[in-house]
Amino acid sequence: MLKRTPLYEKHVAAGARMVEFGGWEMPVQYSGIIDEHTAVRQQAGLFDISHMGRLMVRGNQAEEFLQHVVTCDVAAIPLGQASYGLLCNPDGGIVDDIFIYHLPEEYLVVVNASNREKDWQWLHAHAEGFDVEIVGRSERWAMLALQGPGAAEVLTQAEEIGAGSLSLLPFHGVALSALFGYTTLVARTGYAGEDGFELFFDAEQAEAFWDKLVDLGAKPCGLGARDSLRFEPCLSLYSHEISDTINPYEARLGWVVKLDKGDFIGRAALAAIKAAGPARRLTGFEMLGRGVARGDYPVHNLAGEPVGYVTTGMPAPTLGRPLGMAYVPTALSAEGSEFDIIIREKPVRARAIKMPFYKPRYKK
Amino acid sequence: MSHNIPAELRYSKSDEWVRTEGDELVIGVSDFAQDQLGDIVYLELPKVGATIAPGDSFGAIESVKASSDLYAPVGGEVVAVNTELESNQEAINKDPYGAGWLIRVRPSGAEEEGMMDAAGYAAYCEDRAH
Repeated sequence: MLKRTPLYEKHVAAGARMVEFGGWEMPVQYSGIIDEHTAVRQQAGLFDISHMGRLMVRGNQAEEFLQHVVTCDVAAIPLGQASYGLLCNPDGGIVDDIFIYHLPEEYLVVVNASNREKDWQWLHAHAEGFDVEIVGRSERWAMLALQGPGAAEVLTQAEEIGAGSLSLLPFHGVALSALFGYTTLVARTGYAGEDGFELFFDAEQAEAFWDKLVDLGAKPCGLGARDSLRFEPCLSLYSHEISDTINPYEARLGWVVKLDKGDFIGRAALAAIKAAGPARRLTGFEMLGRGVARGDYPVHNLAGEPVGYVTTGMPAPTLGRPLGMAYVPTALSAEGSEFDIIIREKPVRARAIKMPFYKPRYKK
Repeated sequence: MSHNIPAELRYSKSDEWVRTEGDELVIGVSDFAQDQLGDIVYLELPKVGATIAPGDSFGAIESVKASSDLYAPVGGEVVAVNTELESNQEAINKDPYGAGWLIRVRPSGAEEEGMMDAAGYAAYCEDRAH
């Protein structure tokens, strides 16, 4: 039985096409992926992301515990700010990529939908000896993403207390507010390469909240556009660009690993990988021949030998051409390097290009 | 969700349609197929003069999310390709049986077994729409 968010009925009633994603029955599209993608790049789109995992970490050693399990420097996250982080295993492989929000007296951690159970087990397994409590909030809270250059204007209209203050929230800032009179945790975070907000509030209000944001002009969007929007700025998707057997340096996420912050799970392995240099690297590419690369297509070098695989590929809606990301040997990852993508059993020439394909337009 | 399934066409299990025009056949993809794929943004078609083999892939159509191989419902020589689609792939979404036609073939043999009439294809689509 697939799981459903509090907005399931709303999605179906609105005519969204529903698909399975990580054990969840989610809308892949409403009006169409291109239409939704464009709305987010130009105005504002609304995503139900209640399938993601939400948990609170609290207690006297909440900070010490998080420092132990994540690669970023939790002590450096100011109160009211959020940070991207990675959970790594002792080999340096990525257990999950997460967001950590520093709230008064506790941390909110948001994890991937497909990793909810794994992360819950992982965190509990490593909490021994720490004075911490890990509390699930996935069921009680709904989570929406309001993304796009018009998102701040929509939120300003939704604010009933201190109207306009949320437009001043800094990048990655998080604050408690009231939207339409509902108590809401508002964070200036997202996954589209645009300015935008993620909203946490009581799941009981999910349908009314959704309708009111749509009434203010936010366009309902599905997971299809969420994927194409994160692909263009080259944001990783778990089980594609990152996984238990991929380390952060390969994934170009070395900036999330703070080796000098003190010990943490995976630190020794990661220090060794960094010193040696990764053998393969996530590499963006464009197609020189005709064809569209897709996830899992093989990559061959020009001698015809298999050397890697595509993690994600598609015709990029904003860029207007087929692009992709792939794991290839480090020697082939430099801009301008050429290799072949095997598309329907035929090699099609591709060339490494600069990442990201689309420069994020975050509010700084 | 009901799809447009013109009565005068024949349909393949891989969602191509075939229309007889004189001694040639026009081939495209069905309304059901375009709806499943979503906005079509890329396609690969054979060149005029190419020979296609029955049941073999003769090209592909791609949306942002997915790609779909095109399978030849009949073997023969490609006598025309809809070049308008190069700059207007959305014609496949908007008018799959008209402006969205793909190729015109001079058949070298019979159509593949298992081709369906409109009623049969409607039932086949219904089954898959669960």
